[in-house]
Amino acid sequence: MKPKFTRRAQCVNLKDWLFIQYIQGMSSPLDSSLSPVFVPDTPVWLDVCTWPVAAGFPSPAADHTRKRIDLNEHLIRNKEATFIFRVKGDSMSGIGIYEGDELLVDRSIEAKHGNIVLAVLNNDYTVKRLYRRGGVVKLIAENPLYPPIVVKEGEELVIWGVVTRNLHKLY
Amino acid sequence: MAPPKVQALALVDCNNFYVSCERIFRPDLTHVPMVVLSNNDGCVVSRSNEAKALGVKMGAPWFECTALAEQHGILAMSSNYALYADMSNRVMNILSEFSPRSEVYSIDECFVDLTGTPKMREVSYAMRDRIGMWTGMPVCVGIGPTKTLAKLANHVAKKHPRSKGVFNYNALSPEQKTQLLAHISVEEVWGVGHKLTQKLARHGVHTVQDLRVAHVPTLRAEFGVVMEKTQRELQEVPCIELQEIQPERQQIICSRSFGGMVTELDVLKDALSTFAANACAKLRAQNSHAAVIQVFLQTNRFRKELPQYMPSLAVPLPYPTHDSLEVNRWASCLCERMFKPDYQYKKAGIMLSEISPVTRRQGDLLEPETTSNAKLMQALDQLNQRYGRGTVKVSTQGAFKGWQMRQERKSPNYTTCWDAIPVV
Repeated sequence: MKPKFTRRAQCVNLKDWLFIQYIQGMSSPLDSSLSPVFVPDTPVWLDVCTWPVAAGFPSPAADHTRKRIDLNEHLIRNKEATFIFRVKGDSMSGIGIYEGDELLVDRSIEAKHGNIVLAVLNNDYTVKRLYRRGGVVKLIAENPLYPPIVVKEGEELVIWGVVTRNLHKLY
Repeated sequence: MAPPKVQALALVDCNNFYVSCERIFRPDLTHVPMVVLSNNDGCVVSRSNEAKALGVKMGAPWFECTALAEQHGILAMSSNYALYADMSNRVMNILSEFSPRSEVYSIDECFVDLTGTPKMREVSYAMRDRIGMWTGMPVCVGIGPTKTLAKLANHVAKKHPRSKGVFNYNALSPEQKTQLLAHISVEEVWGVGHKLTQKLARHGVHTVQDLRVAHVPTLRAEFGVVMEKTQRELQEVPCIELQEIQPERQQIICSRSFGGMVTELDVLKDALSTFAANACAKLRAQNSHAAVIQVFLQTNRFRKELPQYMPSLAVPLPYPTHDSLEVNRWASCLCERMFKPDYQYKKAGIMLSEISPVTRRQGDLLEPETTSNAKLMQALDQLNQRYGRGTVKVSTQGAFKGWQMRQERKSPNYTTCWDAIPVV
């Protein structure tokens, strides 16, 4: 059963109460600015206990509390270098990247052969698998409807970042 | 005895910061001449190198540039501060890993203390490269024994492509230093503006080298102690300390020029309630409260043909607070007191001062119980942080349109708003 509290009590001797506050104030380095206060003679109502006090046994789980899982920590390798992009089109549907999905793109990873990358080809963003073997650079779609793009000499290809995660909504 | 160690302060400065932020998400703009405009699309505040080359001046009112813009296809964008702040935080966090001592000097500049670093050159390039790779932001690094010389070294790094974005003043011989400083106009020195440059020229001081060796008593008599400090800094004597922790703000001002002219009291009060909410959120973020509130209204001082009225009113608050509702009540009350019809208001603002930490609060028996509001404010801050500024607000806030900033060319909040993330 919850204990009952007297919410309000008459403080008979306000001067005593103030003195206690004053002493407590002096002992605290944060609040040494308490100065004498005008004290009225009339009684003043003060809150005595407005906070809940735990009664009974402490929870056996209290020693085992942990912070709840933070998805940011698990999904993002490097938060300063990670950006989120939304997918348009179906050129990567073969590996489960669909229109409307959100991709986590990490710029701090050096793109290697086989990585899914966010590339900028001739000023346009595109998400593809990077092929880089024997001096040949290709951007490969994961959908048979889209032929691989061979990057020709003189074309400007910038790898914006490496795609590390796909967030796909199921509900 | 070992000679006193020479400081190595690096100033890392983002190149054309606002323009660069926009380009990171718009690769198609990489070579397009472009500028970013200030609040209300008023003046040019950031220029791409192409725009600089076409003669667009920093701070120029945009309406004066439209002819030039049309001729050369210069693109103008509104400022997107949510994006710039996020990119700045990323850059600053990366830099903080290079040294335990650093000072974020502005949204796009940071002093990093590299004193004692063995491979100065490698570290400087590593800073530049890591920021470039991780965030896409181009930066220049200038190293010097004082803040003033680090700034100057950064200027050299920016101006000379051969430096590849890094310039170390400390690595020069005394002769090279003299030669370098003799080739830089005194106008480029930190704290020497256009006006002082003209005044210095009358004393025969034209280059940085002139200032470095200028006659000290004359300099002090003519320009005061600040210029003397600058001179000492140029002579490699540190006078301006690294401020690792920003002092808590003693004043918080929230004001804005309106997108159009405002004539109604309700619209003014609405704008002020937004400023009150922003100012109080800042107070709460630094865990302090304010004891004085000041509200001001301004008509458009550039429209001389219109009647002018620029009132301001300050009152002490009954007790210090950081409660948006409370501050909003006072702001609205002060606004009513000052408001006169038949004027066209262009700007309004709110200033909170006598700011102190909440822990130092002096209790008052007569003060009403405020815990319920404290919880409300906490919830409000959390909601606005999670879902974007202005999601939850005081009821008068934003009910009327017409005073909000003009931002007709703003890019989406690519990195801070879920619905605005870029599509690929």
